[in-house]
Amino acid sequence: MEIQFVLNQKQVTAEAAADTVLLDVLRGLGCKSVKCGCETTNCGLCTVWIDGKSRLSCSVLAASVEGHEVTTLEGVEKEATEFGAFLAGEGAEQCGFCSPGFIMNVLAMFRELEDPGIDQIKEYLAGNLCRCTGYMGQLRAIQKYMQAKAEKNSGQPGEEAGAR
Amino acid sequence: MTEMKTGKLRIVNRPVSKVDAHALVTGKAVYTNDLAPSDCLIVKVLRSPHAHALIREINTARAEAIPGIECILTYKDCPDKRFTMAGQTYPEPSPYDRLILDQRVRFVGDAAAIIAGTSEEAVKKAMKLIKVKYEVLEPVLDFHAAKDNPILVHPEDNWKSLCPVGADNKRNLCAHEVSGSGDIDAVLDSCDYVIDRVYHTKANQQAMMETFRTYTYLDTYGRLNVVSSTQVPFHVRRILANALDIPKYKVRVVKPRIGGGFGAKQTSVSEVYPAIVTWKTGKPAKIIYTREESLTASSPRHEMEMHVRLGADKEGNIRGIDLYTLSNTGAYGEHGPTTVGLSGHKSIPLYGKAEAFRFTYDVVYTNVMSAGAYRGYGATQGIFAVESAVNELAQVLGMDPTVLREKNMVREGQVMPAYYGETAQSCALDRCLERAKEMIGWDEKYPCRDMGNGKVRGVGVAMAMQGSGISGVDTGSVAIKVNDDGFYSLMIGATDMGTGCDTILSQMAAECLDCDLEDIIVSGVDTDTSPYDCGSYASSTTYVTGMAVVKTCETLRRKICERGAEYLGCSPADVEFDGQKVTDLKTGESISRKEIGNRVMCSSNQPLSANEAFSSPTSPPPFMAGIAEVEIDKETGVVEMIDYAAVVDCGTVVNPNLARVQTEGGIVQGIGMALYEDIVYNSKGKNYSNSFMQYKIPSRLDVGNIRVEFESSYEPTGPFGAKSIGEIVINTPSPAISNAIQNAVGVIIRELPMTAEKVYREMQK
Repeated sequence: MEIQFVLNQKQVTAEAAADTVLLDVLRGLGCKSVKCGCETTNCGLCTVWIDGKSRLSCSVLAASVEGHEVTTLEGVEKEATEFGAFLAGEGAEQCGFCSPGFIMNVLAMFRELEDPGIDQIKEYLAGNLCRCTGYMGQLRAIQKYMQAKAEKNSGQPGEEAGAR
Repeated sequence: MTEMKTGKLRIVNRPVSKVDAHALVTGKAVYTNDLAPSDCLIVKVLRSPHAHALIREINTARAEAIPGIECILTYKDCPDKRFTMAGQTYPEPSPYDRLILDQRVRFVGDAAAIIAGTSEEAVKKAMKLIKVKYEVLEPVLDFHAAKDNPILVHPEDNWKSLCPVGADNKRNLCAHEVSGSGDIDAVLDSCDYVIDRVYHTKANQQAMMETFRTYTYLDTYGRLNVVSSTQVPFHVRRILANALDIPKYKVRVVKPRIGGGFGAKQTSVSEVYPAIVTWKTGKPAKIIYTREESLTASSPRHEMEMHVRLGADKEGNIRGIDLYTLSNTGAYGEHGPTTVGLSGHKSIPLYGKAEAFRFTYDVVYTNVMSAGAYRGYGATQGIFAVESAVNELAQVLGMDPTVLREKNMVREGQVMPAYYGETAQSCALDRCLERAKEMIGWDEKYPCRDMGNGKVRGVGVAMAMQGSGISGVDTGSVAIKVNDDGFYSLMIGATDMGTGCDTILSQMAAECLDCDLEDIIVSGVDTDTSPYDCGSYASSTTYVTGMAVVKTCETLRRKICERGAEYLGCSPADVEFDGQKVTDLKTGESISRKEIGNRVMCSSNQPLSANEAFSSPTSPPPFMAGIAEVEIDKETGVVEMIDYAAVVDCGTVVNPNLARVQTEGGIVQGIGMALYEDIVYNSKGKNYSNSFMQYKIPSRLDVGNIRVEFESSYEPTGPFGAKSIGEIVINTPSPAISNAIQNAVGVIIRELPMTAEKVYREMQK
């Protein structure tokens, strides 16, 4: 069947069978940031937003996004670059394969929670597995990013991320 | 060299971001499956439902009739020439015991047929229509009963072992050896205390986020091009040439970005399948392993059972260690003969004063998935056993386990008889342990604190070592050329799998050449153009390839001086190169690097480049101490991680951020091994741990807090004093957590993983 939806602010049309999952359609449309890590909704690598909410695209039927808005990392590149610099500043992207799904969920968290504490952060991101980093560097990146944002908003000088 | 070491470091030892960071955090198409052409044939493998069987008949007629099916290959279509999938330097210690497809299948999941077609749907449909008649045979599933079992996993006559590793396929033996120093029986007989225990570690999955995957195509010249998520491109070239029985010059292997490896991709798990399809059909092909395949037909850690006899006097001086390791290599021998060696050679030497040791091992074939390389490579298993035995000794002696270690640990300058007789030229293990104790607050927390809510918190300790490359075997070579405008191309054969070797090797080159990181370009590995490197494994890259970078830069600096002097019309003896320009010290006249680079490209009779290789006769061990604090629910036996203090001596830390993340990641994998991860088979040999629901790896809720510091020694043979970091970091959690449980509730779990059920049951005894 043919489905129509908004992908990263653009109207798109895609061909999908009744059992095609959104993940495959998105990759077919060129959104290669969307990764498959497990096929069983356990790893968080395929996280995208549907109407602004994080969803695992490996378990969403493509047909169900008809008429909805889908966002992948390609659609939030500026923000990804900004937060990604903090992640890279900790060396916490490592292999990078889980980074797109992780960053999508981190950005969703920033939209949803105001100034989350450590436990809230861990809880929110519990479904995003990472086998390289041990999670600590990701947490440091989130905390430093939040601190830099807060300082920027209050007019104080923020910490430079990235290469030092 | 001396100058480079003693001078103030500008870029080495700095936490620079990875050179590929931006592409990774913005999700660019840089991994194998992102790059595969859209017209690739989809390749899938039909897998055996039996642990041991002979294929009597395969009927593919109905499957071949499915529209879009390009080919279906069976054992009749594959060369009858055995090879190993282990990515090791030739001649490989792993036996040549594989065919691409074999008439005999040896585990549930072994390959029975290869199907290629134009769509996933067509291939899946065809797989269901292939009719295989199996003659089901009795499998060997208990690794204790494998040696000299009448049922042979590899009865075939063309099975071949290239190296003298004590292998004998007619005894189900993949390797066997006895080594030692001193009279261990006499020493143990005269000890006041002998701890005599058996420890058991299970097979674990590397579970890198990117599963195994490869695509292949024929290029303009008719050569087989292989783009693969691999740690060992040059070994894959040889493996494919062996497997397909074609000359090596017909094969090119390219490594793009890799989504993690941890040793899994030191075995050529996925490459042969699309390779044979492309070779037979001439068409591009790709295979993407599902997570289920990656968990059931891959290359996990070797399950090992270790019998330790540890002798000491009543003052707590460890006098002798006798270790017997039984290792389960599964259906095939990849990394079987070598992983087992580390279980003794990288555990026993932690105790430098022992008068005698003996290390004996058997590696056996069974009808479960073939084991392979996983971070730590046998050392992880051996260290769990020996460190646990030391902790049991401490209990028997009524001694603080950290004090027992302070008394016995290897120190700088000591000869390590069980570590190939090498001397510990750089060793800050004593400082590591001291600092880890401070970080966790050992003296206040040891052995335990009752939290008053049914929960007890205990602390536990372990030490670890590893190597830095395989001495006398591993080779790293590096080439650097000077381009127009003077920028450098750094060409390496070492494979960045996310760990950051493209970055740290660039840091070293920038340091040596007195330039900025931005002046150096680096790219992934291409066996056609990259200088030879055995690949990224065995903790070799920082040390081995790092030294090759240093050597290459030294040569290049000399050549830049010579070329600059030639252009300036003076003697090379009179010039100096400061990274930006070559200056004639007599006249003060200079020529910039940019100008030199441009002139090399115009009417030049010689390129300006250097190429050096490095291989080391020694493998300097990094050391570390890890202390775990855990909380145990007395009612349920549930173990919760609270805190982990780790202090590592990896020599000079080349990139503190990347080294820290490596350490934290290794510890979390170690926590998974200690508490959750287990590959479970049923009585017929079917693997139950076939998804992330059954095979649980730690999430961020499971790991508590992890704190890492470095206590650096200076390794005189390493680049800028550096040793390795990649593997050692997985070795302390299992014994440290076991010790914390022991100190908290008094039970000792000798079989991993230490599940709540096991802790609870022991507590009831």
